[in-house]
Amino acid sequence: MELLTPESGLFIWQTIIFFPLVVLLYFLAWKPILASLKERETSITEALGTAEKARLEIATLKSDNEKLLKEAREERDKMLKEAREAANRMQDEAKAEAKKAADKIIEDARLAINIEKQAALKEVKTQVALFSLEVAEKLMKKNLAGDKEQKDLVEGYIKELKLN
Amino acid sequence: MSAVYKRIKLILLVIALIATSGLVQSAQAAESADSTKAFNASEVILHHVLDDHIWHFFDGHYGTWYLPIIVYTKERGLESFSSHHFYNENHEVVPFNGYKLDHNHIYLEATGEQVLDLSITKNVATLFINAIILLLVFTAVARGYKNNAGKAPKGIQAFIEPIIVFVRDEVVKPNVGPKYEKFLPYLLTLFFFILFGNLLGLLPGASNLTGNIAVTATLAIGTFIITNLSGNAGYWGHIFWTPGVPLPLRPIILLVEVAGIITKPISLALRLFVAITAGHIVLLSLICLTFIFGSIYVGVGSSLIIMFINLIELLVAGIQAYVFTLFSSLYIGMAIAEHHHDDHH
Repeated sequence: MELLTPESGLFIWQTIIFFPLVVLLYFLAWKPILASLKERETSITEALGTAEKARLEIATLKSDNEKLLKEAREERDKMLKEAREAANRMQDEAKAEAKKAADKIIEDARLAINIEKQAALKEVKTQVALFSLEVAEKLMKKNLAGDKEQKDLVEGYIKELKLN
Repeated sequence: MSAVYKRIKLILLVIALIATSGLVQSAQAAESADSTKAFNASEVILHHVLDDHIWHFFDGHYGTWYLPIIVYTKERGLESFSSHHFYNENHEVVPFNGYKLDHNHIYLEATGEQVLDLSITKNVATLFINAIILLLVFTAVARGYKNNAGKAPKGIQAFIEPIIVFVRDEVVKPNVGPKYEKFLPYLLTLFFFILFGNLLGLLPGASNLTGNIAVTATLAIGTFIITNLSGNAGYWGHIFWTPGVPLPLRPIILLVEVAGIITKPISLALRLFVAITAGHIVLLSLICLTFIFGSIYVGVGSSLIIMFINLIELLVAGIQAYVFTLFSSLYIGMAIAEHHHDDHH
């Protein structure tokens, strides 16, 4: 049974090759390889964690943005509504005021016109009286220059009186 | 789809070439045996499975590589010469310089005493080749990590990396436990040494390195030493004073447990040796069928079966490397585990 009896020579060679090979491969291969693998795995894990965190952050940011947008939209609508109301109110007020002012102006004008009219009428009356007087005076001055005329006039008046 | 088909065809072709080259080689071996005496299948098979002082590739003047002989005896000290001296022109074994070669063992001619044979035999040469391949491959892989730092693996690095990660995550980590990192270099070397050795053994003309009991025993002794040196108090406590066992039974359990320390590495060594050697014997037996029947039709039939067995052998090469590493991890894991006696037994 030669197969089953270990040969001492091969046994010795195997011992002095295999165990130093373990040490040699440890320094030349396993140490750098396993370190790189571990480093890569941690970096991948970290990257995945960071990505997940970033994703969550983006999601919160998005919802925040949406909230802000919604709020802004509501604010805008409210402001627009208020502005419209204010404008309407102002318009109404302005209209009312303008009407009032116009009415007052018209009223004042009417009053002023009446006063002026009265004054003008009065003036006209006075003028007419004055003119009449002047005319009368001139007529009198002219007509009473001769005795004859004076006599005629008096006689005219007397005639008129008599007739009446 | 057709690319995959082409690739399968290529693989089959390669396997067929490997199988037939083994056949040719054995045919030549058988022919040379045939010329002197009747064909003896078991002799041919054993000759191929066992170690040798020469490396026979093919018949003819340049077909044999005469490996160096290194011997040590108390009387004559360390001596070294080529194994060529043991063979004459007709390739017959002759004594040389007071040494004689008999069935691959070297004896002193005068006293008949066996010498300490440190020769570079076929298996020792394969051992060197295996170690050199391991060094070349894994320094290349390590260089890959340096050159492609922070990038995706490339080339041989990308090919080997999944295997390293598999051994680490599926074999070592779950079986050794949280302190696995300390044992990882040994177990990875073990895995790849066995895997590459197994695959080298499948090449035509290659030697049966991992199917040699001396090699597997050395590997098993490595695991044995590491297991027992790192064994904690719980491990030794379990062996010498097994908790949870009735007092009268404890001495018997002690015997069983002490035997267990020894049987673990023996099972490791035998399993690998048997699996690889048996595979080689099956392949060689199928080849020998051709010469036993002396028929070309049997040759074609057995070649087809050999192709198939070769595929299985490729699988076995991986499985045996995996199993050896798995059990080594398991034994180390059992020795360093923190025991909690409350929740088992």
